[in-house]
Amino acid sequence: MAHAHDSSSERPAILDKVRPAELPRPKLILNDRGFHWITDKVCGIVEEPTPLWWKVLFGVALFIASFTGLGLFYLVSTGTGTWGLRSPVGWGWAIVNFVFWVGIGHAGTLISAILCLLRQKWRTSINRAAEAMTIFAVMCAGIFPLFHVGRVWFGWWLFPLPNQNGIWPQFRSPLEWDVFAVSTYFTVSTLFWYMGMVPDLGAIRDRAKTWWRKAFYSVLALGWRGGNRQWSNFEMAYLLLAGLSTPLVLSVHTIVSFDFAVSNVPGWHTTIFPPYFVAGAIFSGFAMVLTLMLPLRAIYRLHDVINQYHIDNMCKIILATGTMVGYAYATEFFIAAYSGNAYEKFAFINRAFGQYAWAYWIMVSCNVITPQLFWFKKVRENHSLVWIICLFVNVGMWFERFVITCTSLANDYLPSSWGYYSPTIVDIFTFFGTFGFFSVLFLLFVRFLPLLPIAEVKMVAPQADPHAH
Amino acid sequence: MNERNERIYGVACTFRKPADVFHAAEKVRDAGWTRWDVHTPFPIHGMDQAMGLPRSKVPRLTLLGGVTGFITGCLLTWYMNSFDYPLIVGGKPFWSPIFPFPVMYECTILFAAFGTFFGQFILNRLPHHHHPLFELPNFARVSDDTFMVVLEANDPKFHVDESRNFLQALGGQEITVIRD
Repeated sequence: MAHAHDSSSERPAILDKVRPAELPRPKLILNDRGFHWITDKVCGIVEEPTPLWWKVLFGVALFIASFTGLGLFYLVSTGTGTWGLRSPVGWGWAIVNFVFWVGIGHAGTLISAILCLLRQKWRTSINRAAEAMTIFAVMCAGIFPLFHVGRVWFGWWLFPLPNQNGIWPQFRSPLEWDVFAVSTYFTVSTLFWYMGMVPDLGAIRDRAKTWWRKAFYSVLALGWRGGNRQWSNFEMAYLLLAGLSTPLVLSVHTIVSFDFAVSNVPGWHTTIFPPYFVAGAIFSGFAMVLTLMLPLRAIYRLHDVINQYHIDNMCKIILATGTMVGYAYATEFFIAAYSGNAYEKFAFINRAFGQYAWAYWIMVSCNVITPQLFWFKKVRENHSLVWIICLFVNVGMWFERFVITCTSLANDYLPSSWGYYSPTIVDIFTFFGTFGFFSVLFLLFVRFLPLLPIAEVKMVAPQADPHAH
Repeated sequence: MNERNERIYGVACTFRKPADVFHAAEKVRDAGWTRWDVHTPFPIHGMDQAMGLPRSKVPRLTLLGGVTGFITGCLLTWYMNSFDYPLIVGGKPFWSPIFPFPVMYECTILFAAFGTFFGQFILNRLPHHHHPLFELPNFARVSDDTFMVVLEANDPKFHVDESRNFLQALGGQEITVIRD
């Protein structure tokens, strides 16, 4: 074991003979920044006095979050009738918002887990913030099904506990699968996020000047010492969590799509739903990552660690997944036409030209047409435009869930039971407030926790290679 | 442990570059040390081999967690829907491995993640807030841009002066004796 590895003999002799051309790789860290610069940059965000913009935004976010509080208080004290839900649409904004927020979260896990397994080094700069986004988005998502149960004090019936008559939940329902999928997703994402953060919390602890700061970060860092015996276990655990999160994230949105696909409603009962939902989730999630990271990059001058290469890659993923989503829309129409099923055909013609045609065409223009602009390098380099396109994608993906949920329910088999769903002010308040709730959590994260993974960014720096000379 | 080493935890020495500490680690390994470590701000690629460390044991705990999770998922759904309170749904069997598969799948992942997460901290002996290394003034720089080799006093090869000279020969910069 001891002599098995000799770094100098690793290079095969043939390489010296043929002298292959060095492939130019895009730089992940610009301006040859050193290790100390990276530590200073990331820890500096936490250490600087609270900036004014943060205080203002935090106040605004708290105010917006209070709308959710108000909406939920009114709902619980009055009853679910205050939402726009009535026959035939029993799944209105509540499910739309749930799927929207869970979908947002998926990009975080894609970046932290799938790109880790694929050894995409550019993930390191955006990984931490994207994971935080995942966790906060899942928290926002959880609010809706929890309050949609109506009598929220019976929310514990969702969990594998017997009710007062000794009856357990039944596991044939996709909604029960959802409980397991989303709670597992939240737990595993949080563990992964925290574990990855421990060495960086140690870095902040080691620089702490004041007593309370030292105490706070010491507790969180658990006494991390950065010994290679620790790193060895850490890296193995990190890889394993990435390997576990990958099938997890794919399963979560698959199971969310089962909520629809397992039913017999025209337009829902299709096998394309799982892959189509997962692609849509990654699409919306990346749009949200860019929506958050572009302003943070500008505010904290992170241009050297989040450079054009990172933004290009994210834009290209949005382009790819947006095109997949567009392809899925087309496939749905084809299958409906090919199925020979009158209800299925009607469901899709009704989507595009029925009473919700306005929502359908907002969805198509935001999700299929706007991301096509990312084919152009000029567009990807214009960050204000990228940011605006990402907002369009977020809007479009919300409308996708609205179209799927409402068009199918409002016009199903019997024309006599058709209806038109519109939300009430309580629905609107509750949903609007979740953006505030999300922002409150995200702002706290930016202020108190390492925004970028310090150790991982250092690891991809060229000077981190022990064989570099 | 002999009299003289009683109050000493070990000897530490710093390096400025990953390559320097990497080659130093190879030499410490070849000299036959067993109780020592290399402290770095980030995991250095190939350092496990340079230190001669065996493969991490975390995967065993992951597997243990995963198997436990799968069995828990099976037992949970079987006990609740088929044994304790059999629920008739659509005249189908009370339990089969098919319909609750998503639940079993998620339980497998959840418990495997617990095994990995807690396994990593157990194997790394964390939390561990009071460690002699934290008393070292230049240890704070190890999470920034400094690399450190620590030879521990409970290694049979340890002797304060000899270890200090050994580290000096490896090209170490600041050499400090760590008191316990």
